[in-house]
Amino acid sequence: MKTILFIEDEPTLQKTVGQVLEQEDYEIKSALDGEIGLQLAKKEKPDLILLDLILPKLDGFRVLEELKKDEMTKNIPVIVLTNLESEADVERAMELGATTYLVKANYELEEVITKIKQVLSS
Amino acid sequence: MSLREVYRQLNFFEQCRKNRIGLWQCPIFLFVLIGLIIIGTMLGIYFIANKYTQSPEMVALIILAVTAFLMVVGYSVVQGFNRLVEVNKMKSEFVSVASHQLRTPLTSLKWSLDMLLSGRLNDSWEYQLEQLKIAKENNQRMIDLVNDLLDVSRIEDNSLGLRPERVNLLDLVQNLISKYAFLAKASNVSLVLEAEEDLSADKWEIFVDPKRIKLAIDNLINNAVRYIHGGGMVKIRLKNNKNKSVRCEIEDNGVGVPKKEQKYIFQKFFRSQNIMKYQTEGTGLGLFIAKAVVEASGGKIGFQSQEGKGSTFWFELPIKSKT
Repeated sequence: MKTILFIEDEPTLQKTVGQVLEQEDYEIKSALDGEIGLQLAKKEKPDLILLDLILPKLDGFRVLEELKKDEMTKNIPVIVLTNLESEADVERAMELGATTYLVKANYELEEVITKIKQVLSS
Repeated sequence: MSLREVYRQLNFFEQCRKNRIGLWQCPIFLFVLIGLIIIGTMLGIYFIANKYTQSPEMVALIILAVTAFLMVVGYSVVQGFNRLVEVNKMKSEFVSVASHQLRTPLTSLKWSLDMLLSGRLNDSWEYQLEQLKIAKENNQRMIDLVNDLLDVSRIEDNSLGLRPERVNLLDLVQNLISKYAFLAKASNVSLVLEAEEDLSADKWEIFVDPKRIKLAIDNLINNAVRYIHGGGMVKIRLKNNKNKSVRCEIEDNGVGVPKKEQKYIFQKFFRSQNIMKYQTEGTGLGLFIAKAVVEASGGKIGFQSQEGKGSTFWFELPIKSKT
C-alpha cells in the first residue's frame, strides 16, 4: 500500500481528502503544520507529499526547500495544494522542485485525486 | 456632464475627504491653490510695477518669494500623489488577503459537496453527516467573514452609521456573558463579572450604538475565551470613573500576545502567531472592528499582555450627562 503525507493546516480539508484517499486504498499520514510535516516526511518516507504553502511554524516553501536538500527525501514527489495563485508563488514552488502545483479553489476533488494517481503511477 | 457632476468634480473638499487625505496633501486642492496664487501674483506685480517703476528689484524679490512658495506647494503635491498611491496599494492588498481568506472556507465547502455528490459515501450515513457538518460550518465561516468585511469597508469610508441611544453597559455585558456561558464551559473556562458594589443603573449608562458596541465587546470576550488553552479564567471588570466614563476590562490567562507582535494587534487581518500554533478560528478583523467602533463612539481602547501569562484588553466610554 502506498503512503501519502498530507501537510495542511485546515482540519476539515484533512478530513475530506483523507477520507477519499483512504477509500482509494492509500495510507494517509497527516500533519497540521510545517514542522511536524517535515519530521513525518523524514520518518515515514512517504511515496507522495501533498503540501499546503501557508502553514504554521514552517511555511510550505521552507518545507519544500528542506525536503529537497535531504538525500532521504529529495526524490519524493511533492504536489503543492494551495490557494495561493500568484505567478511568483507558482514559479518559486516549481523552482524549489515541486512536481505539480494545484490551486485548490480551481479543482474538483476528483480532479485532485486523478492528479495524485497520475503522479504516483509515473 | 450634468451641472451636478461638474459641481462634484469641482468640490475638492469632498473629493479629498473621500480619498481620506488631508487638505494640504490633496493634489486637487493644491493645484487650485497654485493657480490662484499665480493669478494673484500676476495682478499684484502688475500694480506694483506700475507704481514703482524705479525699483525693479522689488518686483524681482516678490517673484522670487512667490516662486519659492510655489515650490513648497509643488513638493506637497508630489507627497499627496505618493499618499494616494499608498492608499491604493493598501486597498488592493486588502482585496487580495480578503479573497484568500474567503477561499479557505470556500474550498472546504466545495470539496465536501464534491464528496457528497460523488457517491463515495453512499453507504455511510455517518460520513455523509460529517461532510454536511463541515459544509455547514464553512458556510457559517464565510457569512462571518463577509459580515466583518462589510463592517471594515464601512469603517474605512466613515459610513459606520452609528445610531446612539441610552445603553446600560452592565446589562449589555451580562447579556454577553450568558451568551458565552456555553462556549466557556465547553472550553473549561470560568467567566466572571466583577462590577463595583453600587449597581444602580445610571452608573453604567452610556450613549452609544448598542448593536455595534455589543459587537466590539463580543469580539473581545470571544478572543479572551478562545486564546485560553486547556482551561482558565476570564474576568470582566467594570469600573465607573467619577461618573465621567466607564471602563471595562477583559482579563484572561491565555496564551498572551508576543512582544514583537503587540504593535500590530489592532491592524486588519493581523492574526497572532499563536493562532497558528493553537488553531484558533477567526477572521483577523475582530480587534480592528472593536477599535474602530470604540473610537467612533468617543472612547479609547488598549491592552496589556505578556506571552504565556495572558492579556487584559480594556476600553473606556464617556458617560454623557443627562439631557
